[in-house]
Amino acid sequence: MTETGYRVHRTLTVRVELARQLRRRRTWIALGLVIALPLIVVAAVKLGPQQRGFGDGDLDLVGLATAGPWNFTLTMLLFSSGFLLTILAAMFLGDAVASEASWSTLRYLLAAPVPRRRLLRAKVIVGLILTLLTLLVLVVASLLIGWIAFGGSALTSPLGGTFSTADSWLRLGVVAGYIGLMLLIPAGIAFLASVLTDVPLGAVGAAVVLVIVLNIVEALEALGDLRQLLPGHYTDAWTAALVDPISWNDMAIGGAYAVVFFAIMVAAATLRFDRKDITS
Amino acid sequence: MRAFIGALVLGLFVALAPTTAAQAAQSLIIEGAATSADDPTPVLLDADLYLPQQTPAPAIVLAHGFGGSKQSVAEDAQWWADQGYAVLAYTARGFGESTGTISMNSPQFEVADAQRILDDLAGRPEVVIDSSGDPRAAVAGGSYGGALALLLAGYDDRVDAVASDITWADLESALLPQFGVGEPTPGVYKSLWTSFFFASGLGFTPGAPVTECGRFSPDWCAAYLDVATKGTVSPDVAQLMRASSPVTVADQITAPVMLGGGEADSLFPLSQTNLNAEAITSAPLKVVWHAGGHDGGVNENERLRDLTAAWFDAHLRGGPAVANTFEVSLTTGSALNSRDAGSVEVLTAQTYPGLFGDAQTDLALAGPPQQVLAPAGGEPAAITALPGAGGLGALAGDRLGVPVPGQTAAFITEPLPTGQRIIGSSRVQITVSADRPLTDAILYAALRVVGADGRQTLPQGLVSPIRIGQLGPDPVTLDVILPTIVAQAAAGERLAVTVSTTDFGFRNATEPAVYTVQAGPTVAVPSVTGAVGSVSMPAWLWPVGALVVTLLIWAAIALLRPRYHDPVSPEPVAPLAVSNLVKEFRGGLRAVNDASFDIPAGTVVGLLGPNGAGKTTTMRVAMGLIAPTSGDVRIFGEVTHPGSAVLSRVGCFVEGPGFLPHLSGRRNLDLFWRASGRTGDPQLGEVLEIAGLGSAVDRRVRTYSQGMRQRLGIAQAMLGMPDLLVLDEPMNGLDPPQIREMRDVLKAYAAAGRTVIVSSHLLSEVEQTCSHVVVMNRGTVVYSGTVEHLLAGRSGLRLEDVFLELVGEGHGVER
Repeated sequence: MTETGYRVHRTLTVRVELARQLRRRRTWIALGLVIALPLIVVAAVKLGPQQRGFGDGDLDLVGLATAGPWNFTLTMLLFSSGFLLTILAAMFLGDAVASEASWSTLRYLLAAPVPRRRLLRAKVIVGLILTLLTLLVLVVASLLIGWIAFGGSALTSPLGGTFSTADSWLRLGVVAGYIGLMLLIPAGIAFLASVLTDVPLGAVGAAVVLVIVLNIVEALEALGDLRQLLPGHYTDAWTAALVDPISWNDMAIGGAYAVVFFAIMVAAATLRFDRKDITS
Repeated sequence: MRAFIGALVLGLFVALAPTTAAQAAQSLIIEGAATSADDPTPVLLDADLYLPQQTPAPAIVLAHGFGGSKQSVAEDAQWWADQGYAVLAYTARGFGESTGTISMNSPQFEVADAQRILDDLAGRPEVVIDSSGDPRAAVAGGSYGGALALLLAGYDDRVDAVASDITWADLESALLPQFGVGEPTPGVYKSLWTSFFFASGLGFTPGAPVTECGRFSPDWCAAYLDVATKGTVSPDVAQLMRASSPVTVADQITAPVMLGGGEADSLFPLSQTNLNAEAITSAPLKVVWHAGGHDGGVNENERLRDLTAAWFDAHLRGGPAVANTFEVSLTTGSALNSRDAGSVEVLTAQTYPGLFGDAQTDLALAGPPQQVLAPAGGEPAAITALPGAGGLGALAGDRLGVPVPGQTAAFITEPLPTGQRIIGSSRVQITVSADRPLTDAILYAALRVVGADGRQTLPQGLVSPIRIGQLGPDPVTLDVILPTIVAQAAAGERLAVTVSTTDFGFRNATEPAVYTVQAGPTVAVPSVTGAVGSVSMPAWLWPVGALVVTLLIWAAIALLRPRYHDPVSPEPVAPLAVSNLVKEFRGGLRAVNDASFDIPAGTVVGLLGPNGAGKTTTMRVAMGLIAPTSGDVRIFGEVTHPGSAVLSRVGCFVEGPGFLPHLSGRRNLDLFWRASGRTGDPQLGEVLEIAGLGSAVDRRVRTYSQGMRQRLGIAQAMLGMPDLLVLDEPMNGLDPPQIREMRDVLKAYAAAGRTVIVSSHLLSEVEQTCSHVVVMNRGTVVYSGTVEHLLAGRSGLRLEDVFLELVGEGHGVER
């Protein structure tokens, strides 16, 4: 009988899981999409017929989009946070466990043996890293493209005032960070779905459908104050980072909600996965 | 998931259902005061009484706005009744079904009517009585009803609490304002709003004859016609207006008052609210400046109703005390849509600071003396607010208030070094002269915010009219109180004091003139110190709370970790021992039914059985992939469960290969080894040789044939040469030379003291490869032992024949 040198803490490390996921085509498509978005918008502004409506100086975020790289990036974040980033976050987390089940690799990893909670840990961390990476690539690409296309003017707030360059970085950082936190909501739903089903698209789809349903419920005025209880009620609270001084209240509530919501979803996924019969 | 959504929806409905439903309203006719000075017949007031479930209860008298009726407060009345109050909503005289004429809340008539209503309530068994003839009652209303509430409380000390919103303090200064300090009053006639106001009291109905006075009393009709024609107020009219002004009796009020003022109100602006607030000296007072008003603004009705409910609970029912703090709504425009009002935050200050804030900042004004034209006829006039447009005015937002060229002088500050929150009226000194002698020079002063791009906004669309009685070429200097606003100027923006000659909403001067205007040298801008946002919980507590909750969840999850207590390994230790294994799937399918067998070390063992015999299920339990219903599987003496460390001594290939399709075969094996947590030598070279993939090993697995994947899967199971190899149908997809090779590999593998379990349906293969077999059928073991023993005494029979015999009907276990 031989000693195998098995060490639990060496099973499915984050680094190995990253190596397993990074080469996937969907990872590259996701990153390509968030680079394409600012390119398409710039092309439309520069080459399209001159029509008012975008970057026309209206006193809102989209109206100021062409004011400089920070404004442009904020507009790109606004455009993508509602749908594109939500779907990508749902994809990175929703596909995490379900895709292993669909490739039949899940049973080999678990029999290796990778302890179940360790597998989930690697999946959550890598899913979040990829989501964050996508957000970062969007921000960096938009800043660069915005800078080249519209020059280097500092951030102009639709709510009045122009910030210093240092302040522009700070405000953009706060907005991007908050949008990142908000992505925990679709990510959490998707991760739970990923553990419940063996169909990767089913998990992603379930998360996206649920987020859309939440948005619809959010739009029901009849629910009044009850809407404050919904995840996603504070999705747009980052606009408070554009006033002087930053008004943290809604962002604090929204961020806290998203973190706790994500923790609950991951906890539910963990409890389910602990005892699930792996039949894929 | 479905259950979760169901629970959520159910929860919403439960939360929406009113907790204590009130009874339906009952209609009443209440006799009011005399119809007029000449006609002592009482007017008949059309009223509705809403009773709560529990009576007797404190009462609330609801007074409606101008042009409304008891119907316009029906929804509120129902809500208050649901909160446990007896509510009397009535139509004021001169409106709706009530008889009589409109006297603008005259003490003789409308106020006396309300006193009759208090009398009526005192006689009702459903209402709590303080003393005989004195009901426990509050009075609430907005606009016209708000003035009535204050007047009633001033004239009748039976009132126990007041909620009055967006109303006037002094009718004359509300409709003919003068913001030039020390200049003659009345000021400039607010013609547009006043005419709207009057028209809504005429009560036109289609088909009925059109009359000059509608349902106004003759006195008030005459007063209006006089003011509207002349643009000023005669002593008689002034007398009439004073009688209907709450400010005259406000010092008599002893009942606690919650006083609301609308920031978006050019009819009864915050300066009127302030007059009332300053006059109420003998009663507890809470002042609220909210984002609504007669111009629309942001609807805060729900918040105001909650505030009022707390106020009434505290003062009518002994509820929790409400601090007499000053609350002011800060409206932030939406960054996402310039047409949206955006969000409202509330600033709370300990005391009411009055019109000029609790601190003023003096900002230097730049700009030379400027000439402005008062056009002949007062046209074209600048449009600032749109009376009666409601939300429409708010929608137009900054598109209103654009100065007319040549009519506006502007005096601008330096860019603000930091953001400035303006709450209240700014003060500035202006010096004016005219190019000719004039009586009644009319000017409009305002404070504007100038963006970095030069764009001007006029906060709340408010201007301060000034009437200078006598003006000529000699300059006159006067102090001006600028509009009471709540606004935010960002760092880098500038403020401007503007002085214009026309405004669409007022009776402008018709005589042409050219004025020379100078403002400054400074403007005093007010601010209020207070806490913004949710007062109960500072923002930093949220992330801290989230962290604590997350850690608690983490701890709970750690506590709920599945725990397995492995009994001490029995001796001798078999590589694989199955004992009394039962696995029942959901739906009652029993895949394995009390199976037991041992595998001896150093052998190649065949696991045989028809489809559904339970072979794969047994293997999955052995790998810790599924939990047994009862019984257990031991590997080298240890019971297996998810993540058992002993599984690191097992290589397995179950139900086909599984690889990452986007990576090469070599990369797959490399990453699998690194994911497996083993530190020894994977012996990748030897294993790849067994797979025999040649150069294809560096291609993506997606491109592999079924057989190639099969071989790569077996190779993966052999990585690191584990002590126990479990292979499910390894020969599938292999061609005969490869099968032969594999047979030798497996024999050699076991020869080194390791154990191999092969499940197969190729019986001849098993016969040639294995020394032992385990035969399963319908979840039970029907034979476990050497092939030799199985075939003993059955000369001429092959394994296949014996197997068929074993799994055929009616055969018991043979040993």
